[in-house]
Amino acid sequence: MKGVLQDGLLFKRMDGSVLSNLFTRAKPAAAEHRSMKPTPEFILMLEGVNKTFDGFKAISDLNFYMDVGELRVVIGPNGAGKSTMLDLITGRTRPDSGRIEFGRDTDLTRLNEYQINRLGIGRKFQTPSVYTDHTVFENIWLSLEGSRSVWSSLFAPLRSADRDRIQHVLETVHLAEKASWKAGTLSHGQKQWLEIGMLLAQNPKLLLVDEPAAGMTDEETARTGELLMRLAGEHSILVIEHDMTFVRQIARKVTVLHQGTVLREGSVEEVQNDPGVIEVYLGRKKKGDA
Amino acid sequence: MPKILSRKETLVLVLVAMTMLVVLPLLNAFTPPTSIFHVSNFAINLYGKYLCYGVLALGVNLLWGYTGLLSLGQCLFFSLGGYALGMHLMLLIGKLGQYKADIPDFMVFLEFPKRFPETGGLPPHWVPFKTFWFASAAVIWVPALVAFVFGLLAFRSRIKGVYFSILSQALTYAACLMFFRNDFTFGGNNGLTDFKFLLGHDINAADTRRWLYIASGILVLGAYLVCRWLTTTKFGLIQRAIRDSENRVLFSGYATANYKLFVFVFCAVLSGLGGALYVPQVGIINPSEMAPDKSLEAVVWCAVGGRGTLVGPILGAVSINALKSFATRSFAEHWLYILGGLFIIVVLFMPNGLVGLPKQLQALKTRFTRQPKAASAALTAIDVSTK
Repeated sequence: MKGVLQDGLLFKRMDGSVLSNLFTRAKPAAAEHRSMKPTPEFILMLEGVNKTFDGFKAISDLNFYMDVGELRVVIGPNGAGKSTMLDLITGRTRPDSGRIEFGRDTDLTRLNEYQINRLGIGRKFQTPSVYTDHTVFENIWLSLEGSRSVWSSLFAPLRSADRDRIQHVLETVHLAEKASWKAGTLSHGQKQWLEIGMLLAQNPKLLLVDEPAAGMTDEETARTGELLMRLAGEHSILVIEHDMTFVRQIARKVTVLHQGTVLREGSVEEVQNDPGVIEVYLGRKKKGDA
Repeated sequence: MPKILSRKETLVLVLVAMTMLVVLPLLNAFTPPTSIFHVSNFAINLYGKYLCYGVLALGVNLLWGYTGLLSLGQCLFFSLGGYALGMHLMLLIGKLGQYKADIPDFMVFLEFPKRFPETGGLPPHWVPFKTFWFASAAVIWVPALVAFVFGLLAFRSRIKGVYFSILSQALTYAACLMFFRNDFTFGGNNGLTDFKFLLGHDINAADTRRWLYIASGILVLGAYLVCRWLTTTKFGLIQRAIRDSENRVLFSGYATANYKLFVFVFCAVLSGLGGALYVPQVGIINPSEMAPDKSLEAVVWCAVGGRGTLVGPILGAVSINALKSFATRSFAEHWLYILGGLFIIVVLFMPNGLVGLPKQLQALKTRFTRQPKAASAALTAIDVSTK
């Protein structure tokens, strides 16, 4: 509740000029990026995206570019539009206007959730969503890359190659010994890991990870960070996170969202030292940390 | 291929099948009515009816317990299957009806010959039902088609939870009202009745009834085994995953609507088959079978028997209907109170239904045997803390 109120205040404090100022500062960063590579190889591109819910502008003129193999962290205060952004990418909601493209000109705004997933975009939800009544093994099995048709689910057997792959994923997320456990009996942190494992099993090109460290112990958080860093390069990863220690651990490039648009983009240091960012986000976060 | 049945389960299943399909019919056919082992024709007929209800309950449960789709309109498919076979049975009556006409009685007194003069009063869509095989095929495809169209619209529009339940109930109610109309050509509120023959046999003969009972038994066993197989495949896993976390399934690349549609159509076919065997055994099918309360009753059977297990619903359907037969004869006025009370008891004290009862009793037993120690330990703890 407090956060929401503060967001309102910030909105009043920041007049339009400041916002647009910050915004234009964010844009050259993206342009620089493009100029570094001769051929722009974006895995994900959002341009001029707007989304309004009942008059509330959740996303406003959002421009966001991600390179292939990049590990990007998106931060921002509550209600900044981080989760909405993921909803827009994954087809859960459709933008009012703007372009969302995956890889070379695949328009995501016309596809639904499972079509987008099949293109190679995996999503981990903010609250761990695993199949609680299934075993850990089965959870991974259902997520394993392969046919999604009703027919194959009835008649395709579980091959030994599939077993090996499931085993491999389970080892990656440190759940190999718990393969036969019901997912519902896992701890919160383990569920988070399981869901990351489910994402890996899909072998997506782009992983969208919403608050992976929430509810984890410090050690688990550190291990999650290591895992994500290991996966970057092979996969492109977009992480949404609140925990600044975690962000510092993994981030090479950070995007700060505020009121549905990009406030600042850059390295952790750049972002942390930016007065605008400190004002809307880090300043408040520091108080929270203490 | 996953293993469907364990050795113990196979043994139990074989025993049940032997009793149901061999022993009871033999006792019915070859023991004198005075013997204490005799199973009367009336009883065999009654059991056959229960088994058909068992198939219906199996379908309700596959939707509700396994996929999270509470359909309150399964009796529609049950009735459609019943009507499909009933139409064939009506046409077999021939000149033995009250009016001694070639067409069923209700068509005579509703003056169908004037409406459909070119077929002698028989509505055109009744004509193919003269052949048994067409009618049998219709038992399957008519419920399947209705379920497919309704399911396609509902699941594509992402209608879920209570909205799906309400819609399914509305569907069966609408069909019920439609079938009540005389001009809908299915006999109006009297429905289809007064059957005489089935495949050349007298439908009221003890022999025919016995074979119908055996067919119902085979159907229930077959349906059970198919459901059992279905739930052990990856499909079964996805089905339960949809129940527990549909979003996760959707965001894992599965078109959940197709999976739900498949289950829905499959259960409609099961119900249709159950209905088709039910009708010759009770000798009548009318629109009241489609009334929403019938489908609700089927949901109660599932809840009482044990939702989310495959044996539970069959057990629930058979036991509640057996209780109903007994109670409506012995305490006719109080039957509804008994049913209501039973349902409340199950909901309050037996969350897993009849199937979960042994486990519950075991837990209760261990609690009672451990209780004294735990209680005395707690008491000393209180003693210490107050000091």
